[in-house]
Amino acid sequence: MTDLSITIGGDAGQGVESSGATLSLAAMRSGWYVFSIQDYRSRIRGGHNFYQIRIASRAVRSHSDPVHLLLALTKESVDIHRDNLAPGAGVLYDDSLKVDEGPVKEQGCLLFPMPLTEIAERHGNRVMTNTAAVAAGAGVLGLSLERLKSVVEGRFAAKGPRVVEANLRVADDAYRMAVERFRGAFRYALHGASPPLSTRDPGGNGGETLLISGNEAFALGAAAGGCRFVSAYPMTPATTIFEWLVRKEKELGIVTKHAEDEIAAVCMAIGAGYAGARALVPTSGGGFSLMVEALGMAGMTEVPVVIVDVQRGGPSTGLPTRTEQGDLLFVLHASQGEFPRIVLAPGTHEEYFEAGWRSFTLAERYQCPVIVLADQFLAASLCTLPSEALSFDAVVRDRGELLDHAALDKLEPGQYRRYRITSSGISPRALPGHPNAVYTVVTDEHDEEGHITEAIENRVQQMSKRMRKLEHARQEMRGPKRYGPEDADLTLICWGSAVGPVVESLPLLEKEGVRANALHFTDIWPFPADQARRALEGARRTVAVEQNYTGQFAKLLRMCTGHEVSHGVHKFDGRPFSPQQIASACLEEVASHV
Amino acid sequence: MSENGAAPSGRREGSGSRLTLKDFANHIKSSWCPGCGDFGVLAALKQALVKLGIAPHQAAVISGIGCGSKIVDYMRVNGFMTLHGRPLAVATGVKLANPDLHVIVVNGDGDAYGIGGNHFLHAARRNPDITHIVENNQIYALTKGQYSPTSDRGFKTSTSPDGAAESPVNPLLVALAAGATFIARSFAGEPKHLAEMIAAGIRHRGYALIDVLQPCVTFNKVNTYEWYAERIYRVDEDEGYDPADFARAWQTAGQWGDRIPVGIIYQRDDVPPYEEHVPALKAGAVVHRPFDALDEERFAALKREFM
Ligand SMILES: Cc1ncc(C[n+]2csc(CCOP(=O)(O)OP(=O)(O)O)c2C)c(N)n1
Ligand code: SF4
Ligand SMILES: [Mg+2]
Repeated sequence: MTDLSITIGGDAGQGVESSGATLSLAAMRSGWYVFSIQDYRSRIRGGHNFYQIRIASRAVRSHSDPVHLLLALTKESVDIHRDNLAPGAGVLYDDSLKVDEGPVKEQGCLLFPMPLTEIAERHGNRVMTNTAAVAAGAGVLGLSLERLKSVVEGRFAAKGPRVVEANLRVADDAYRMAVERFRGAFRYALHGASPPLSTRDPGGNGGETLLISGNEAFALGAAAGGCRFVSAYPMTPATTIFEWLVRKEKELGIVTKHAEDEIAAVCMAIGAGYAGARALVPTSGGGFSLMVEALGMAGMTEVPVVIVDVQRGGPSTGLPTRTEQGDLLFVLHASQGEFPRIVLAPGTHEEYFEAGWRSFTLAERYQCPVIVLADQFLAASLCTLPSEALSFDAVVRDRGELLDHAALDKLEPGQYRRYRITSSGISPRALPGHPNAVYTVVTDEHDEEGHITEAIENRVQQMSKRMRKLEHARQEMRGPKRYGPEDADLTLICWGSAVGPVVESLPLLEKEGVRANALHFTDIWPFPADQARRALEGARRTVAVEQNYTGQFAKLLRMCTGHEVSHGVHKFDGRPFSPQQIASACLEEVASHV
Repeated sequence: MSENGAAPSGRREGSGSRLTLKDFANHIKSSWCPGCGDFGVLAALKQALVKLGIAPHQAAVISGIGCGSKIVDYMRVNGFMTLHGRPLAVATGVKLANPDLHVIVVNGDGDAYGIGGNHFLHAARRNPDITHIVENNQIYALTKGQYSPTSDRGFKTSTSPDGAAESPVNPLLVALAAGATFIARSFAGEPKHLAEMIAAGIRHRGYALIDVLQPCVTFNKVNTYEWYAERIYRVDEDEGYDPADFARAWQTAGQWGDRIPVGIIYQRDDVPPYEEHVPALKAGAVVHRPFDALDEERFAALKREFM
């Protein structure tokens, strides 16, 4: 079974990301499952960045700690990543770098010095050194040269045929030289192993596999779900959702608005939602903080709107380019007073895609704000998926109780009541623009017609009506999904993006003699308490694995089910959990509490 | 009519030629103080809509929070009373989702120039086809009388006991500097003139600011009906006044104190409204765009970039 990790390390501005993306795509097109993450700082130049690519013969949902091949674009990269090198790993670098070779050799690792710059200059110029490095890496690994070249071609196509040609010559030369000099000795080379995915199409576009980031999957889901309006203020790591939709504005007919601030962004979306457009606001915690008052406006006026909070390390500006699950209790309680809201926390790329359309349907069914909680890890990681995993057939675009033109035509003028008391709490919605449904929406408490009133009876009725929607919505909230054996000594509880590394930690725990399973929550609010209780019935010991300091989900679980987790594993350094870290933290926790 | 429930509604020229003021009346008893300038704004807005033939379902009146913002509760029209300071942002979303609606924002001076100042600045330079009526009473009225961004220096209130120390916002100059394409001022004590200004603002294609001198008879004992009436003069009294003349407009907008200009201070017609720059609106309002505009085939094409 193949399971390799490649790290590309270099300085910011050196093209670490584009090299990583090129190699990831080349690996996918060579028929391998890929999972990649990027580790970078909030600065444009300087400082160490790295990219981690995992290549496997089965679907993988997390990076993994041991590194089998290090592509070092700087001397420091070797010093920084040396400790993670697996026995027999290779370090590939430009032979002009003064790499400290001794310690690498002592670890039993191999040195692959290559004249990368020289090759680049021979066929083109220095700028092409990264192409040489990636191609040499592909060479020692044994990825397909043809597929690599198809990726290189695509990457440079916009720069004209001469640039493409030169890069292809660089790739060819570096690849062949690496194969000749080093592949034989490299024990992790893929030669002989047959890739798990079909690579039928010689152009590399088999049409069957995707390599997609979480944010792209979400944006695609939102587009499929009938998104008609997106307004945002740029904030890492949410910006790429907005940028993708902006690129598609013309093609898909989605109004996109870069607003003056996040308050404007969310208010514009609420205005668009009121007018009848499916409206989305991508942001991160800091932006969400500014949207808090408007969130309550959407709740009070019962206007559907979707906000995606792509969490990063907090508090305040925190760790702008890093990951955390620190906003859970905040988004659950944000804004004054009480009103229904729905919170989803997708964990996988498929779930994030699904949240893209499902959030709109929930928002319109229950006429309330829906918050999607993602994080930098899910947002920016690239994952290989079978194309059908992002399925158009599965997309539901239900607008709930929306009165269409014909229904409105039948009404007597003055008969329509926007906030009619109903048993479900859902009042049939009319969009502004029809003569038979002229009504007022106010953020003050209001009567069935939407007029301001503080009358006691009305207040109680309207408040109860709004809150009833939540009970209704609860019926379609999903309980936790179980991974691993039904019967286990230890149950790992997680939510959102932690699921990838958590699930991969189960076999590692098994190896250490701990039979473990995992429960993963995606539907956070209204909390699926009954399903959670049932799922926890047989659990012996539970450990909540969360990317935050205070164990926010464990608190929520206790609040809603009374279940007190036995242990907590928390990580708040801004770097995503790896399966190895989770396994060893669980073992430690368990050992210290026997 | 689309599957989406949204009815194609108002065009620029309204359809309700037989409209009367009664069409805009509802049964709500206003909570404004007798004599409040906001009555004049309400009357003038209705008159302007009747005059332009814009029916209640073809307009969306969007307000903030404050005495004056309650206007949407007191008339029969599509109305949205939003948050303090935010109606321009909400209105921008409404307009961009459904440009067929005539979108009119009404809010107070605190709402528009204080807490909502950033949206004001950006609406002026963005130029969406929104008419913005500001009930400028130079005070925070609903919160019972604190000084506002337009209160004159030295104005004494509960939060400025020694007199306001800040120089007041001149909204006309701010709008002009920010690139607004229609800037007018009127007086709540002259609803006929006000109705004319509102109608001209609605007819203008782009962002139109109408700053309304609106006496608050309860909390502002300085800037009263008499105070304003003594000072205002109409810019069009001078036949040579050309609202397209930026330099003249700048000089006029700068006047305050003994002489206060009212009328259309500035207007230019050569800047297309923001909506015309939005590619998604080329095919009409997005609220009418059916979901199946994205079908299986298009979806498959979208996925191709990830292969
Ligand atoms: C975020 C927020 N802060 C404060 C308030 C309280 N508040 C309500 S109206 C208002 C000021 C009203 O002044 P203005 O906008 O000039 O309207 P007016 O009442 O004078 O018509 C304030 C501060 C609020 N509703 N929301
Ligand atoms: S307090 Fe002032 S602004 Fe408010 S209603 Fe009374 S007079 Fe009008
Ligand atoms: Mg005021």
